[in-house]
Amino acid sequence: MKLTIDILRQKDSASVPYKQIIEFEALPEDTVATLLNKINASDDLRDINGNPVGIIHWQCSCLQKKCGACAMRINGTPALACDTKLSTCKRGKLSLEPLRKFPTVRDLIVDRSLMMDNLRSIHNWLEQTAHHSKKAAELSYDASRCLQCGCCLEVCPNFMPDGDFYGAAAFVPASRILAQLKKNNPQELTALYQKNIYGGCGKSLSCHNICPAGIDVEQKLSNANAIAVWKRFFSS
Amino acid sequence: MRINIIGAGLAGLSAAITLAENGVKSNLISSMQSERAQSVMAEGGINACLNTMGEDDAVENHIEDTIRGGVNLADKSAVQGLCENAPEIVKNFYNLGVPFQTNENGIVQRNFGGQKKKRTAFVKSSTGKMLMTALIDAARRYEAEGIIKRYPHHVLQALHIQDNKCQGVTVTDTHTGDSISFFGSVILASGGMNGLFDGLTTGTTQNTADVTAMCLENGVELANLEFIQYHPTTIAIPGKRLLISEAARGEGGRLFVNRNGKPWYFMEEKYPELKNLMPRDVVSAEIVEVTSMPECENQVYLDMTGIDKKVWKTRLSDLREQVIHYLALDPMKKPIPVSPGIHYFMGGVWVDSEHHTSAENLYAAGECACQYHGANRLGGNSLLGAVYGGKIAALTAMKENGKQEVPAELKRVQSYSEVTPLFRNSVSQILGNHLKILRNEDDLNKALDELDLMQNKAANPAEIRLLGLAKATVNCALFRKESRGAHRRTDYPETNPDCQKQTIVKNTKVFFREINQL
Ligand SMILES: Cc1cc2nc3c(=O)[nH]c(=O)nc-3n(C[C@H](O)[C@H](O)[C@H](O)COP(=O)(O)OP(=O)(O)OC[C@H]3O[C@@H](n4cnc5c(N)ncnc54)[C@H](O)[C@@H]3O)c2cc1C
Ligand code: SF4
Ligand code: SF4
Ligand code: FES
Repeated sequence: MKLTIDILRQKDSASVPYKQIIEFEALPEDTVATLLNKINASDDLRDINGNPVGIIHWQCSCLQKKCGACAMRINGTPALACDTKLSTCKRGKLSLEPLRKFPTVRDLIVDRSLMMDNLRSIHNWLEQTAHHSKKAAELSYDASRCLQCGCCLEVCPNFMPDGDFYGAAAFVPASRILAQLKKNNPQELTALYQKNIYGGCGKSLSCHNICPAGIDVEQKLSNANAIAVWKRFFSS
Repeated sequence: MRINIIGAGLAGLSAAITLAENGVKSNLISSMQSERAQSVMAEGGINACLNTMGEDDAVENHIEDTIRGGVNLADKSAVQGLCENAPEIVKNFYNLGVPFQTNENGIVQRNFGGQKKKRTAFVKSSTGKMLMTALIDAARRYEAEGIIKRYPHHVLQALHIQDNKCQGVTVTDTHTGDSISFFGSVILASGGMNGLFDGLTTGTTQNTADVTAMCLENGVELANLEFIQYHPTTIAIPGKRLLISEAARGEGGRLFVNRNGKPWYFMEEKYPELKNLMPRDVVSAEIVEVTSMPECENQVYLDMTGIDKKVWKTRLSDLREQVIHYLALDPMKKPIPVSPGIHYFMGGVWVDSEHHTSAENLYAAGECACQYHGANRLGGNSLLGAVYGGKIAALTAMKENGKQEVPAELKRVQSYSEVTPLFRNSVSQILGNHLKILRNEDDLNKALDELDLMQNKAANPAEIRLLGLAKATVNCALFRKESRGAHRRTDYPETNPDCQKQTIVKNTKVFFREINQL
């Protein structure tokens, strides 16, 4: 299939972004990740104005939707490049942009360090031996699958990079720790959760359907709220 | 002085946490944050003799299976430490919150290749991700305290080695392009050499092999590069090989090929004891053999249709989703076509049982190091090896920390260079074509000739290094004139007791060394 690709390029964090349009022959079963690899491996590719394309910078690691590295805006929606098939492109058009809620490093690469900072600042760790229960096991498994990709933050109406509300990328991992806490040992996390998550979330659940890992985000939110706010610990 | 750790997968995290528990500070440097390391992709499980399945398992069995699986090429004293510590390691993960499946005796274990007892602890087919989440959370506490300092978008630019002593590293911030230098000891935990076989492995593109190549360039010894594990059950998906975890066979999946129009369960017929769960080197070689027989089709299938519904639900639901997603086939209902693909590197940076490399103040652990697995790694042993190895490397480095001489300044280094996709692709094609499951001298010499032709295309230091490592790998394969484990030579089909040694490569020299001897 012949694709018209509209990419937002940016040389480095200080440069002004610009649009580049490329026409490229690709296979419908290819993913956006494969397409980017093919573009980068082609010799002397030119855009529709005859300008050289060069290497398009983007991030990937696992290429099988297990690491979250390749999250970007694909046709306007945050998604994983390795999980998006070109056959989903309408009328042979594809638009690629970096996630907008994070500072652009170059081309499609953004700096998501903020998400690590946020998890540190809510003390997202266990200070005790994990309490295991059947209910906690199911929740922990699902929550532990979070890729830290940032797609949920991209669509969240309440998350701002410089704000103090941390969104699903924080409450999903937090729900795993909360589920394993003992009732008599609530840890700092429960208080910080109320401050940086519970208080700021509008419960619109835009984050629920976007999660490329298919995590039941809504369930994580209600469980985490029940534990951190209403003190309904999984341990008796 | 902070100890510098290169790589933040299981091995790097294990090292950083071990140091932190002992009050020793570290710089944890990785090309991407831990959530993107290959360790998160591990599926089937982690081995430890927990004896919870009523099979009378003992640590000795784990040691024996590991040594036999590695065809007598692993360091027995190191393997002993690994297996003896395994139960504690798995229990520690449980305490950190890993939701292992449990029964009334404790953590449930599944069958895995090359092991006679159920010894593999697991969380569905997402074991690596679960272990990583637990360690990432555990490390975070020390990060907040400033004991572990993360550099999560930083690549190794230079290893400073003078007179065989490591003095520190220079790293590049890939976001800004800035270089930072750190004095002190270095623990390498940079993963396997996927970058030699771009697009042909089941692993991550992040493990570019550049750190290993830098070691070779600096005269640090590498070992056993010829031992490359082909996993018998993978499928080609865009840009890579997708692993179908050994858990599929551990839970009852069967391999067959159509012979004269009828399914032939060749593994079950040829190996009545372990059947489909023979070590991976054996299964992959059998697949090559049966698919080249005139009476057989050129395709092997994995038949999981006989697996119990409950097992699918509780243990393989994620594996099933993956197959349906990528193959549009439901493995519960239909056999799936599979073929061998590159999965693990038994060879790498040479280390002794305390994880010293051949250079002072330089240590290595995890898949980048050559330890524990001999000529073939057993499934479930590499997660274990990464965690245990990271810990031992940290303990050794800690013991020797502060004793090293500190130079006034580190030598100036070349700016960071990257291998271009085109160049990597060419090298990978050459290696992929000639370093197959079955090899011979002619083929390997062809590989060397073709790599020689690449020499004048290498445009920067990273490309020159990669080419050096590629040649070293082929030279190791040429040097070992026998067949053993994952190294199968059609011109030397027998295992030769005189070759029960490690292949060492130092600069461009290749030689044998007795196992467990320097
Ligand atoms: C699909 C799959 C399934 C697997 N399943 C299992 C299993 O069930 N059981 C099992 O035991 N094993 C399994 N393995 C193998 C196992 O996952 C790996 O061997 C193990 O995770 C290696 O851990 P590590 O810490 O050594 O390296 P990795 O987790 O690969 O981490 C390497 C680190 O080094 C960093 N790095 C690399 N190069 C540089 C550089 N130049 N500069 C800076 N940083 C760098 C990376 O960013 C990363 O942080 C599987 C492997 C794959 C691919
Ligand atoms: S529920 Fe709404 S406000 Fe809350 S994290 Fe999700 S998208 Fe954001
Ligand atoms: S919750 Fe889902 S969308 Fe959000 S960071 Fe985790 S994996 Fe990504
Ligand atoms: S590359 Fe890992 S999720 Fe896409």
